[in-house]
Amino acid sequence: MAERSEPATILIRGGRVIDPASGRDELADVLVMYGRIADVGAGIRRATDRTIDAAGLVVCPGFIDIHVHLREPGQERKETIRTGARAAAAGGFTTVCAMPNTEPPLDTRAACEFVVDQGRRAGGARVLPIGCVSKGRRGEELAELGDLAAGGACAFSDDGDPVRTAALMHRALLYAAMLDRVVIDHCEDPTLSAGGQMHAGVVSAELGLQGKPGVSEDVIVARDLLLAEACGTRVHIAHLSTARSLALVREARRRGVRASCEVTPHHLLLTDEQVRAFDAAAHKMNPPLRSEADRQALLQGLADGTIDCVASDHAPHSQEDKEREWDLAPCGVIGLETTWPVIYTELVETGVISLSRAVELLTVGPVRCLGLDADSQLEASSGTLARGAAADLVVFDPATPFTLGASGFYSAARNSPFAGREVRGRIRYTLVGGRVVHEAD
Amino acid sequence: MSGWSSPHLLGMRGLAREAIEAVLELAARRRPHAEAQAPPLGLLAGRTVANLFFEPSTRTRTSFTLAARRLGAEVIDYAVAAGSTVKGESTVDTARNIVAMGVDALVVRSAHAGTPVLLARHVDAAILNAGDGAHEHPTQALLDLFTLREIFGEVRGLQVLIVGDIGASRVARSNLWALRTMGAEVTLCGPPTLVPRAFEALGARVAHRLEPELERADAVMLLRIQHERHRAGAIPSVREYARLFGMTAERAARLRPGAIIMHPGPIHRGVELMPEVADGERSVVLRQARNGVAIRMAVLELCLEARRRG
Repeated sequence: MAERSEPATILIRGGRVIDPASGRDELADVLVMYGRIADVGAGIRRATDRTIDAAGLVVCPGFIDIHVHLREPGQERKETIRTGARAAAAGGFTTVCAMPNTEPPLDTRAACEFVVDQGRRAGGARVLPIGCVSKGRRGEELAELGDLAAGGACAFSDDGDPVRTAALMHRALLYAAMLDRVVIDHCEDPTLSAGGQMHAGVVSAELGLQGKPGVSEDVIVARDLLLAEACGTRVHIAHLSTARSLALVREARRRGVRASCEVTPHHLLLTDEQVRAFDAAAHKMNPPLRSEADRQALLQGLADGTIDCVASDHAPHSQEDKEREWDLAPCGVIGLETTWPVIYTELVETGVISLSRAVELLTVGPVRCLGLDADSQLEASSGTLARGAAADLVVFDPATPFTLGASGFYSAARNSPFAGREVRGRIRYTLVGGRVVHEAD
Repeated sequence: MSGWSSPHLLGMRGLAREAIEAVLELAARRRPHAEAQAPPLGLLAGRTVANLFFEPSTRTRTSFTLAARRLGAEVIDYAVAAGSTVKGESTVDTARNIVAMGVDALVVRSAHAGTPVLLARHVDAAILNAGDGAHEHPTQALLDLFTLREIFGEVRGLQVLIVGDIGASRVARSNLWALRTMGAEVTLCGPPTLVPRAFEALGARVAHRLEPELERADAVMLLRIQHERHRAGAIPSVREYARLFGMTAERAARLRPGAIIMHPGPIHRGVELMPEVADGERSVVLRQARNGVAIRMAVLELCLEARRRG
């Protein structure tokens, strides 16, 4: 793709500016100069190369998704870093963190640098690799975490699988802390969840599908909270999905454990009831859609602050892979282009959380979880509209309804549970480093 | 035929009482033909039914084949061992290709729950579920209703005890939904590792000891303990299962007068059902098998008629 020449200065005029980091929520202009936020305030008068009329629109920091699968290298038929980064930009994300369960996995410095390079070439959201915890994701010995960090890894995870043993997790937490990186923890005891195709409960009993019990998640959450406590390190729980796991995190924090957690939009909005249609493309993922009681607990955790951020767990698959028998189809749904409109429409407009809280969950929330501050030396969005910060921001339309996926997705995949849903919150502009990387009518 | 409107028979869950009545009534009328006491009918002449069996089955496939032939339909068997799924073709593609050759109905047996639902969504043919994973086996439940009605006159109010690996059983599920819709009480019995408590929220009683249940049952349905599908380690041994939950002559003697013993087959003699009980006077096992043909005639006719009407 040819590099387009970009305006050096942009004035975004008259929008409702929301910046949870500073508590700002007011009608204001945002001035972008040479890739950075130069000023935010009312009535900025300045001749610029371009003016964006944001009247009736909302301007906020660019979103950060700390849990996506971009499939490259190895499974480019499902998604590439280019299509994933473009999908991210279209969804309002200015930074995404790519999970390392690729083929080969991101367990070498070269593999991490490849992802960084492909991300730079993609021209969409910034792409940060997450390095493997263990060599080959085999759960046996630590990958060269120092090398991975030097190659741009923003965190470590064996996501897709748990860190297999308590001993390995113990070492990983200690070693990652030395590098000032967090371990992102996929919590699942495979001896309890083996063969499971959905949440174990009334619906799995009804459908005759083998279940993954909620406790298969809870026991590893409990294990790793105790390990983080013993090590005195941070730990981040990925795609937390049960009421019990949430209670464990809440209780551990009260004791002073430095634990953070993320939830996905699908676990916030959907339950195992959906599985009755046997539509694996839309509803088969891991962790599975849980019970209504779990979902209600997550909504509570979102409102009371226990949950630190929302992450999409964007997991693209081809239609051929997904249009098969439920138990033969792979897990995962896409989410980059649906997360914001769905959260906005279903949780903000309905009053479950405030608009500012929703933005926080996708900006400063994820930044805090990963510790993506200036010291990390990573080219990540700051999650703020602070003067001098990289001009990573998003402008969305809070009012005009539209249908998700109606004109397709930028992602190479379309395995979405939210496609066809009427929503609001359409992303109109996404800027990364002062460059317009997505623009919609 | 007024109670039936679907071109598919995917499961008993959610099937209305009127639809079930329509099947049972038609099956009663077709029975002389099903039992070859009357000549085959020509009602489905010119129609083609394909048996698409992705899992081995003799009884159900034979029963569907006889049913289709006794209605005058042409029947083809799609042999799976030699089939294209081993060549990596998806089930949906396989089914589409068969239907493209001019097939009106697919009788589908699969090891995977939901296969008939998937095919009904993607393939232009009547889909009849002949058993999908642990999900549903609707014609088995219908023939069991037919048998119960034949013996007791009425299903409403009957106490039916189902014993076995309920969690892995499509027969148990289809029967639970069907029996509840028709007003029977259902108790599911077996060890907690095979009978999840979640079934209590689905309209069943759950019991983990067999003895106290014997005296209240009008019908006891024993299920095959399936080694091949068995969740590893869910029971310590088949021997111990047989001791705790097998239907012995001694246990059968404690059933109330008139109570019957049912089994969908194939029977593991000596495990869930002792030979002397399987062949004893309470056993209606062969009657179940015989009634299967009439039931399958009825559902083929109803589904294809609904499909013709669009």
